[in-house]
Amino acid sequence: MSFLSDIWQAVGPTTLTLWLLLLVAVTVGAALTVGRLVRYGPARMLFLAPAFLLFGVFVLYPIGGSAWMSLHDVRADRIICSDGREIADLETGEKCRRVQKMEFVGLDNYERFFAKTPRNIKRLRKEFGKLLSFQYLNPTLTEKERDKAKPVYPRLTDAAEALMNNVIWLILFQIAIPIGLALAVLLNQNHFVTRLMKPMFFFPFVLSPTVIAFLFQFFYNTSDGAPLLWFFEAVGWGKDGVLGTNGWSNIGIIIAAWYPQIAYCVIIYLAGLTAINSELIEAGKLDGASGFTLFRTIVMPQLWPATFICVVVTTIGALRSFDLVHVMTVGGQKSEVLARLMYEVGFGENGGNYGYGATISVILFLIMLVFIIFFVTNMIRQTDD
Amino acid sequence: MYPSPEHTWRPGARVFYWSCVASVTLVWLTPIFLLILTALKSNRQINSEQGAKFTIPEPFLPEGFMTILSNGAFWTSLMYSFMVVLPVVCIAVGFATLAGYVLAKHKFLGRTWIFAIFVAGNFVPFQVLTFPVLRMMQDLGFGEWSPYNSLWSLIIFHGAFQTGFCVFFMRNFIAALPTELIEAARMEGANELQVFTRIILPLLRPALAALGLLIFTFVWNDFYWSLVLTQGDLMLVPTQLVNLARGQWQNQWNVMAGGSIIVALPPLVFFFFLQRQFVAGLTLGAQKG
Repeated sequence: MSFLSDIWQAVGPTTLTLWLLLLVAVTVGAALTVGRLVRYGPARMLFLAPAFLLFGVFVLYPIGGSAWMSLHDVRADRIICSDGREIADLETGEKCRRVQKMEFVGLDNYERFFAKTPRNIKRLRKEFGKLLSFQYLNPTLTEKERDKAKPVYPRLTDAAEALMNNVIWLILFQIAIPIGLALAVLLNQNHFVTRLMKPMFFFPFVLSPTVIAFLFQFFYNTSDGAPLLWFFEAVGWGKDGVLGTNGWSNIGIIIAAWYPQIAYCVIIYLAGLTAINSELIEAGKLDGASGFTLFRTIVMPQLWPATFICVVVTTIGALRSFDLVHVMTVGGQKSEVLARLMYEVGFGENGGNYGYGATISVILFLIMLVFIIFFVTNMIRQTDD
Repeated sequence: MYPSPEHTWRPGARVFYWSCVASVTLVWLTPIFLLILTALKSNRQINSEQGAKFTIPEPFLPEGFMTILSNGAFWTSLMYSFMVVLPVVCIAVGFATLAGYVLAKHKFLGRTWIFAIFVAGNFVPFQVLTFPVLRMMQDLGFGEWSPYNSLWSLIIFHGAFQTGFCVFFMRNFIAALPTELIEAARMEGANELQVFTRIILPLLRPALAALGLLIFTFVWNDFYWSLVLTQGDLMLVPTQLVNLARGQWQNQWNVMAGGSIIVALPPLVFFFFLQRQFVAGLTLGAQKG
């Protein structure tokens, strides 16, 4: 019999694989038996099953999995067998699937995230006061005065800094929408030149974020004769450039992220503009509306679906932001965001703390959940019949 | 049409309009021009005084392209990218078309909820899935083999995640098809599989092309998951590019610019040749809401 168990060890499915196969079998079985009670029942269930099972197992379940993991201490290097045995307890020659050990610690990880919150709040208030008085941006200040304007101890915690930067992303990233709208209105002509120009404004959307990151890293570089060096010197950042200046690196990255986002908004708004009812515009003109009033009262309301999509995609993009930060500054110069902090905690140099990483990602998810509920209820209301 | 056609405007307004278009286009394309110029310069020229500016490459040499294309790891990553993206497009689009048909044309209790779950799951910041998906990939498999650290983990995960967007897209597209066709086929005695393959699928050809292109672009451009789910040489091409930029080709701007252009090329080629499908795919939700 040990011969059979050897074969099982060599080619047999792992326990998790078995459970998934069982899930598939049960679904097919249910479709073919219980499903028959309803007209079209088997077909409906079998058509829905592949997409729903795949999505459920690898997208929906992991959300709960992260929440569960965030209540545990999980370390990359603390390994046990996936069936719960310790590696040391294995018999010689026996093998097992290795996963990280999970030790229940309750809300410890969340306490770590929110530690020192009152101090952080006090600190943030000072920081914003300085930012608003443009102390960072004044070239007439002497070196000494600028040093004074630079942040002093106690520093913000990593978590608070990332949270603050995510809020800045959330606000500033939205500016891509009005810019996109303005460009769309500018380009909505039938002249052959504008028809040629349109794809030039669309294509940054299909560029990989990595490419966008390189593009702007080079655009922002501060070697001799760099394209933006004159600007950096004029505002007093000098050789640090925008990416090397605390506080402004975040904004430099957001502007880079605008590039594909504006392109997306132009695409969406141009489609919205072609669907506009010209009779309403003629009626508005007869009533004496013109210029900005016409735009605000007659055009904008018709563009509402386009605006909605743009806001949804921009908000998601702002909260997901990872690629550009990871490539351009690796989270340095106070440009850390939650998604990247999570990566750093889990996989970075001093990382390996999967439990705390999961906690950060759950907090990110909870922020997003507020928006998701709002967006989805809105969409369902529109599509329901 | 809004705004009104420019040839009906006053001459002054037209001059202003066209100068606006010209200057905006110039500003918009500035980073791209810089990228192309950089890719065609020699590294010595870039590091010389004023070399990083908008100067003409002298000599006009594709040194950057040559260097990156002679790198084995880069080529391997390019191949891996195709090996992941093509199955993902088939899985996600195929499964989603089946599900989208049922969600669009069958009325049953809870269908709105199922649709809402697909839509909502699509909005999730995908970073929240990282650790459990990693754990599952390590735990799945047969015998010694697990999808973790092979391309299968990327195929499985991207296939699952993109299914959400595909279901959203396909349901909305199929819902706009005339129901009478389906009912007529059912009257003739066709079963659901026949309705799907003979009636629905032929009508979906433009939608399938548009959706396939979008998913290709999304997965091709992904950076995060190949960072998390694979190690060593299994990286997809955007991740490999960053990896090379941090190691071998630090501060070799012409090589990185050439690499960026090559990475961007497949989606760009699709985009410029099939622009109409692309835009149609993206704007499906924008007009209808």
